Amino acid sequence: MSHSHLIFASTGILLFAMGFAAAIVSQAPLRKIIALNVMGSGIFLSFIALGSRAGNIDPTSQAMVLTGIVVAVAASALGLALTLRLKTLAEDGDE
Amino acid sequence: MNSIAIIILAPMLWGAIALALPPRLKFPLVFAGLLLGCFSAIQLMLLVSTEGAFTYAVGSWSAPLGIDLKVDGLAVSMLLLTQIISLIAALYAQLYLKQQPRQLAYFWPLLGFLLCGLNALFLSADLFNLYVTLEVVGLAAVSLVALTGKRANINAALRYLIATLLGSGLYLLGTGLIYGLYGTVSIELLAELIENPDQPALLYLKITIGLIIVGLMFKAALWPLHYWLPPAHGGAMPAVSALLSALVVKAAFYIVLRLWLELFGSLAALATPLLFGLGAAAILLGSWRAIQADELKRVVAYSTVAQVGYLFLALPLLSTVAQPPALQAISMQMIAHGTAKAAMFMAAGILVLVSAGGKIAQLQGSASRQPLAMFAFALAGVSLIGLPPSGGFIAKWYLLTALIESGFWPLVAVVLAGGLMAAWYVFRVINIAFTDSPDEASDNTLITTNKPQQTMAWLAMLLALAAIALGFCGQPLADLIATGAAS
Repeated sequence: MSHSHLIFASTGILLFAMGFAAAIVSQAPLRKIIALNVMGSGIFLSFIALGSRAGNIDPTSQAMVLTGIVVAVAASALGLALTLRLKTLAEDGDE
Repeated sequence: MNSIAIIILAPMLWGAIALALPPRLKFPLVFAGLLLGCFSAIQLMLLVSTEGAFTYAVGSWSAPLGIDLKVDGLAVSMLLLTQIISLIAALYAQLYLKQQPRQLAYFWPLLGFLLCGLNALFLSADLFNLYVTLEVVGLAAVSLVALTGKRANINAALRYLIATLLGSGLYLLGTGLIYGLYGTVSIELLAELIENPDQPALLYLKITIGLIIVGLMFKAALWPLHYWLPPAHGGAMPAVSALLSALVVKAAFYIVLRLWLELFGSLAALATPLLFGLGAAAILLGSWRAIQADELKRVVAYSTVAQVGYLFLALPLLSTVAQPPALQAISMQMIAHGTAKAAMFMAAGILVLVSAGGKIAQLQGSASRQPLAMFAFALAGVSLIGLPPSGGFIAKWYLLTALIESGFWPLVAVVLAGGLMAAWYVFRVINIAFTDSPDEASDNTLITTNKPQQTMAWLAMLLALAAIALGFCGQPLADLIATGAAS
């Protein structure tokens, strides 16, 4: 029995921790959004790895991760739109 | 059965259609949609109270393969609360935003998506479905905060977005770990599997549950993870603040409650001291910041931080001998705070309109300029303080009973102190509002009450009266909540 899924799962959790910490520590909104995406990738990686534990590919966890990716794309888009708006407002010197 | 499909899908549909309609037709469509939602919620409530709780398999595919929705007393009471508050908030927003058609145009679709997410969330019966609905609610809520387009609000929205994504990240990781262990995310199936975990699985489970609870604490704004709430709720427009404080924060707590009752109550008892500590800190520090705040809407926002504290304080009591009063305290607190806080934000919005600005010091004389809004504010305050007869009083009564029954005496003092501090921040506002303006001349330049404002004040009043009236229907509500709670 191979333990490769454990390697993937721990890498995923490591990525999660790095992204989580960076999202809190960094100041710039863009960095925060990128950090959240790293965090998301970590979650997806460990989700898939743990789901396919028995050595078989597990379609349910893949379907869930796919949904999660769609949510992450939408959230990143919203974050970027807000950041962009903030930048335009700052350039216009608007209140 | 159709009510379930309607209550989830209709808001998404009218939200999407409202985006494309010409401005004149938006409101009639949304209003009809909201009425339909109310009607479906009432129908579901009648169904549950006569026939008991039931599960609904989406597309007739049941649990292991498809998605189950669960309809029980707790779910329908939250559904009904949501439909009523959003109906009143929508009427309020229509009047409030008459001068800003652009904001109003985007308000309707966002309201629809928010409602779709909330309704689906209350009915979800598996961890992953809860995650998706939580994200729908979160993204809609963030967009609503940013609606005014002002710099401070965009900043607040961005902060809120980061907090809500951190929270759902933790939650999703927890869900993934649970799925890895048991191969299912259905709460009902997990409850059976979790019952007797072996030793190595136990530690793993505790970590997982910790991740899920902390993730939801971000979204429910439990102190010290509440940092995003005051700017977001205090800065958004009143109808949005009302929706966020009354419903969105409750939605995250609702998941914690649901999981605690059905999945891991006995395991999470480990977190009892932590939850007691954070709950008590939220009550005391949140109330203290509300007393100190100098903007009216900040007072109301910090009051939400304090009121969320009561919910988390009561949570561990569900695993003690005092479970029945604790459950009643929590459900009454969710509903009473929802109505009272929505009323308070709406009333505060009107008071800010008729005074020179949002600062409390500028409220002088607003009681004579807008007596109805002031009265609604005070009535909502009565429920938040927990004075009889009000929903807030019943909630506190049950909470104190549960604390005494389970022997946590020191926390009784915290709850009582929280009530006193709430009285302090409510009466502080009332006191200034009843003081006459120092210079009468400036009074004439201020906007006096006009017709829409009067109607808005009546809407706030309606919710405030509902918060008081809840004080008289504690028993029927308790019976409804108890439907299906045991199964």
